[in-house]
Amino acid sequence: MKAARFLASLLLAMAIPAMAAAQTLQVTGDAVMQSLTGSAGDPARGRAIITDRQKGFCLLCHSGPFNEEPLQGNLAPSLEGAGSRWNEGQLRLRLMDNKRVNAESIMPAYHRIEGLNRVGATWRDRPILTAAEIEDVLAFLMGLKAEKAP
Amino acid sequence: MKRIALALFACCSIASADERRSGLLDMRPEAQAMQRDDSMNPGMLWVLDGEALWGRKPTPAAQSCADCHGDAAASMRGVAARYPAFDQASGSAIDLAGRIIQCREAHQAGPPLARESKELLALSSFVAHQSRGLPIAPPEDTGMRAVRALGQRIYNTRMGQLDLSCAQCHDDHAGRRLAGSSIPQAHPTGYPIYRLEWQGVGSLQRRLRGCMVGVRAEPFAYGSSEFIAIEAYLMERARGMALETPAIRP
Repeated sequence: MKAARFLASLLLAMAIPAMAAAQTLQVTGDAVMQSLTGSAGDPARGRAIITDRQKGFCLLCHSGPFNEEPLQGNLAPSLEGAGSRWNEGQLRLRLMDNKRVNAESIMPAYHRIEGLNRVGATWRDRPILTAAEIEDVLAFLMGLKAEKAP
Repeated sequence: MKRIALALFACCSIASADERRSGLLDMRPEAQAMQRDDSMNPGMLWVLDGEALWGRKPTPAAQSCADCHGDAAASMRGVAARYPAFDQASGSAIDLAGRIIQCREAHQAGPPLARESKELLALSSFVAHQSRGLPIAPPEDTGMRAVRALGQRIYNTRMGQLDLSCAQCHDDHAGRRLAGSSIPQAHPTGYPIYRLEWQGVGSLQRRLRGCMVGVRAEPFAYGSSEFIAIEAYLMERARGMALETPAIRP
């Protein structure tokens, strides 16, 4: 058991630099300016990811303008107006790994695989959302603008 | 100024003394009534099964639980309120279900009881029911202190793909809504519980597995030292709260 655990941590230690190298995260200030796919995401797909309880599961913690979803959480701020609070690059980083901005955040890092503990076999070594899915969610959220004061 | 500070302190300490609440109080009134009425509480079916098993010999040549322990109402009163306990023979902590398994193997020569089996849940429910209404009273010995410290460490460790610790939900956000459900404070006052979601009775370890799978972590094994450590820590955290077995939860 001990030997297995040692081996696992050794493998993990060897794997981390390789993963970090594979994932070239270009952080500028508190933002990732470049699209992860090189193109813009699809807001309709993004909306579907947000409300999907297996994929983005955002509404477990957040609320937002999703009238067909009656069970929305209140652990985190509403998504309403997200596109006015942040610019695209800032929001991209917060989706990918919010703990880079706030270490105490309860928000999962949606596009990071290293530095996690006891990840279940089904989920190991893959991010919660793919690069394309991050761009889709981002495209939808950037459209959620705060209403302008009259 | 000093008086205000003192008054504030008094208020705060009263508030913190009253802050712990059983998940029973967070359920809608009908579910609470179901738990409180033994004729409606489905968990009582497991307790009654357990009572029958208590008096039955697992094999014709073996002894029944009652042959050694007699009337459970007397001999098992308060026992569940003190588990997990330190097992001197093995030098490690043991939970109530583990003790029943051990007794079956060592003294009854019966077929082994599997974790989460109907039989083991029935016997655990019956034994824990003998402590209903009694305050949770974890043992003070030094062996258990180290076990609880490990449990507390695990409770505060982020895990799984969602990278969450038990504490981040059940301490920091208890009472808030995770989608439609209110997050409970995680006091293990009524195990084994009848969970509406399960449509059956399950152990605290089954409940812990549920949370671990929820955060996409690799769950600990049933009966593992990690699960027993978390259980020991949670019981310490709930010290003095009344046992409710068989509790009902959503």
